[in-house]
Amino acid sequence: MSTLSISRPAVRRPFMRRRKSCQFAGKSAPQIDYKDIKLLQRFISERGKIVPSRITAVSAKKQRLLSKAIKRARFMALIPYLLA
Amino acid sequence: MSYYECVFIARQELSTTQAEQLADQMAEILANNGGEVKMREYWGLKNLAYRIKKNRKGHYTMFNIDAPSDAVIEMERNMGLSEDVLRHLTIRMDELPEGPSIMMQAKSDRGDRGDRGDRGDRGRRPDRDRPPRVDRDDQADGPRAERATEAKPDDAPKAEPDAS
Repeated sequence: MSTLSISRPAVRRPFMRRRKSCQFAGKSAPQIDYKDIKLLQRFISERGKIVPSRITAVSAKKQRLLSKAIKRARFMALIPYLLA
Repeated sequence: MSYYECVFIARQELSTTQAEQLADQMAEILANNGGEVKMREYWGLKNLAYRIKKNRKGHYTMFNIDAPSDAVIEMERNMGLSEDVLRHLTIRMDELPEGPSIMMQAKSDRGDRGDRGDRGDRGRRPDRDRPPRVDRDDQADGPRAERATEAKPDDAPKAEPDAS
């Protein structure tokens, strides 16, 4: 009786990729500033929404600073609220 | 005294000189109340990300202020009253950054690429984490076709050893 070889382990294993490190840790990290549009644009989606930290792997503290900066930049019309 | 950073947008009908005069007025108000503008930057006539009071463009000016709070309150009041100021934002800072702000650095090293007109910046870079977006139809036959061919060679060798 041929052994049933399962090519891939059971799908039960949760999708856990290696833990990405927050890019704002350490000294050389860029400062979060609402005027720095290039940096902020990396954290908003194509529609202009703030990308959740579980995707961008940003630490909770930095994510709070980031979202505050994005909201200030939006208020000052540096980045749009929504992108049609 | 405490440090503040104030950015305000003047409406587009103003000329550059008028925008500068407006900034002078605000600086003067601060001086009268015992504050001072440490550094002042004029970011130029920039495209707004969305229309504010029917204006598509605005003169951006930034102040680094070292002032008591009542001077800033007075300045804020005047900005609110002034019709030329579309929007203003004043933030309390722990310490004032030296040197030009990121806006000026960005502008100086890449040089002004010219006005993008009404289009605004359409080319937004896709998110780095998400795989590049492929159209629905070629996504259907592309990877699935490869997966199908991949599967066949794997099974074939496994089957032979059992049989022998």
